[in-house]
Amino acid sequence: MATSQIITVSNLVKDYFMGRQFFRALNGITFSAVKGEFIGFVGPSGSGKTTLLNIIGALDNPTSGEAIVLNKPVSTLHQKEAARLRNDSIGFIFQTYNLLPVYTVYENVEFPLLLLKKGNAEREHAVMQALEWVGLTAKAHSRPNQLSGGESQRVAVARAMVKVPEIVLADEPTANLDAANSHNILTMMQRLNDELKTTFIFATHDEKVISYLHRKIVLNDGRVVDDIMMN
Amino acid sequence: MIRFLLKGLIRDHHRSVFPVIIVSLGVMLTTLLFSFLSGVLSDMIDASARFETGHLKIVTRAYQTLSDQLPNDLALTHVDTLLASLRRDYPGYDWTARIKFAGLLDVPDEHGETKTQNPVFGLAVDLLRSGREAERLNVRKAIVSGRMPQHPGEVLVSDELARRIDVGIGHPITLLSSSSSGGMAIQNFIICGTVEFGIAAMDRGAMIADLSDIQYALDMPDGAAEILGYSPNGFYVSDEAAAMRHAFNDRFTRSADRYAPVMMTLEEQNGLGEYISYIDTVGYIVVGVFLAAMSMVLLIVGLMSGIRRYGEIGVRLALGESKDMIYTMLLVESVVIGIAGSCIGTVLGVAIAYYFQEIGLDITGALRNSSIMMSNLVRARIGAASFYIGFIPGLAATLLGTALSGIQIFKRQTASLFKELEA
Repeated sequence: MATSQIITVSNLVKDYFMGRQFFRALNGITFSAVKGEFIGFVGPSGSGKTTLLNIIGALDNPTSGEAIVLNKPVSTLHQKEAARLRNDSIGFIFQTYNLLPVYTVYENVEFPLLLLKKGNAEREHAVMQALEWVGLTAKAHSRPNQLSGGESQRVAVARAMVKVPEIVLADEPTANLDAANSHNILTMMQRLNDELKTTFIFATHDEKVISYLHRKIVLNDGRVVDDIMMN
Repeated sequence: MIRFLLKGLIRDHHRSVFPVIIVSLGVMLTTLLFSFLSGVLSDMIDASARFETGHLKIVTRAYQTLSDQLPNDLALTHVDTLLASLRRDYPGYDWTARIKFAGLLDVPDEHGETKTQNPVFGLAVDLLRSGREAERLNVRKAIVSGRMPQHPGEVLVSDELARRIDVGIGHPITLLSSSSSGGMAIQNFIICGTVEFGIAAMDRGAMIADLSDIQYALDMPDGAAEILGYSPNGFYVSDEAAAMRHAFNDRFTRSADRYAPVMMTLEEQNGLGEYISYIDTVGYIVVGVFLAAMSMVLLIVGLMSGIRRYGEIGVRLALGESKDMIYTMLLVESVVIGIAGSCIGTVLGVAIAYYFQEIGLDITGALRNSSIMMSNLVRARIGAASFYIGFIPGLAATLLGTALSGIQIFKRQTASLFKELEA
């Protein structure tokens, strides 16, 4: 495993204001991650997993503290710089897949490369390679509504991986999948983690996912209560 | 990237077909309404000019004051001289004298006794010496039965009047009216034809006679109630008419003679100017209301579409598009929708307007008791403005609707969009 540090989170606090009151979603989170890790934020609903994932993904700003992702301090990034960070280096996988329904599988996977302004040939090669990773080349011209849940999530993985990002953030990726599909998806992610050294960070409370993790960071009430290396 | 997004736009009917239909409908209605108003207005101006006001009209000051009463005792005299000077001073303009009169039409039976009588409104124009007035008034086309007057003493009466008083071609009638000197005028005529102009005010009970016959009957040698002037190209040009009126009237400003001639433009007669500006204002209001309503609908459509697309926008943000880029793409989409909808709406609006321009819409019933010189058949008129009056606002409203709805969508924080996408 590589040892270069790619995420450093220090004393991170995130408050959500509701009128005069506020809800503290994150309460002094500190941790760091190195390239190639397969980490999971584990905890019950409301423990701050998704909020932490959003801040690492530069989709949200902390109230205080700092998250440095690939040497970039998230809290001071302009929205264009944040977009560029996501575009260049971060892939997202969602619980509900969130494929763009009007586009084919091929086009969904192609989309991040269009944002990176890659050429036609390069795009085609990368898309077909990503579909091969997830075993869906035969479905390249299908629409999302023609796919099963497992296939849709595999497309989402291909979309996240097509640009070979440094980090993939996966928010409850198996929550809508049965055991067999969950196993397939997680095995595939593990293989990509091994082959491409992409850092995977999960937000999950699914035991099926937890069993695949290399490192488990347990959150509760917005705090890190445990940080365990798994065998 | 734009090609990619347009592909999505075309495939997603909620984003393309529905807004295009809304824009098309709005643009079509605006174009059609505007063309109709233009047609009605120009038809009304045209009919008024031909039958009533000319583009310019000259009467005596005294006649002008009491013109509603058709006071032929206050009419112009030395008309031939005046016509000659007008033709010299304003070459190209067509100047013609007319007399409007009213009276009682007496219909005799076979014994010469009065069979029936009916009030009549009469128009005396130059029918025998020149064909221009007949052409201007479309008299030949208006003939229902019989023929044009070819000899002195022959007249045309409206078909409706002829049926009402039960007279036909060749039937003698007697006009009872008042002469220019205030005496009683009685003159016999022969009906040579019946007419229907398609203008309710004329068709109810009109009599068309040659000018010289009426000059004789009303004891108005070389006299006329009014002299009408028509521009060379047949179109009323407000500024030109106003300048001519100003120059003409200036010559008589110092005269205290109540019989001095006075020139009026079309707009200054029968409240036509106010009517034109009223129709213009109503037109602008109606078009404005349509545009405002269309903008509101498109804004709501944009908001609905935006709300429906929160998920997509959230994904696109997560995949690395910036807000600015997404907002720009939304605007590009709206321009495409606006152009498509506006083109379709304009084509449909112009096509329907063309149908109503050629076929017209019969409003005889609405004009039954009207005295406005207006055709019973209202027609749309397609002009250059018909092609942009709906198009530009259609495009602008689509863009505005998207711009405003986009701002509303992006007022939410990126993370909110991201969360809603997970909901």
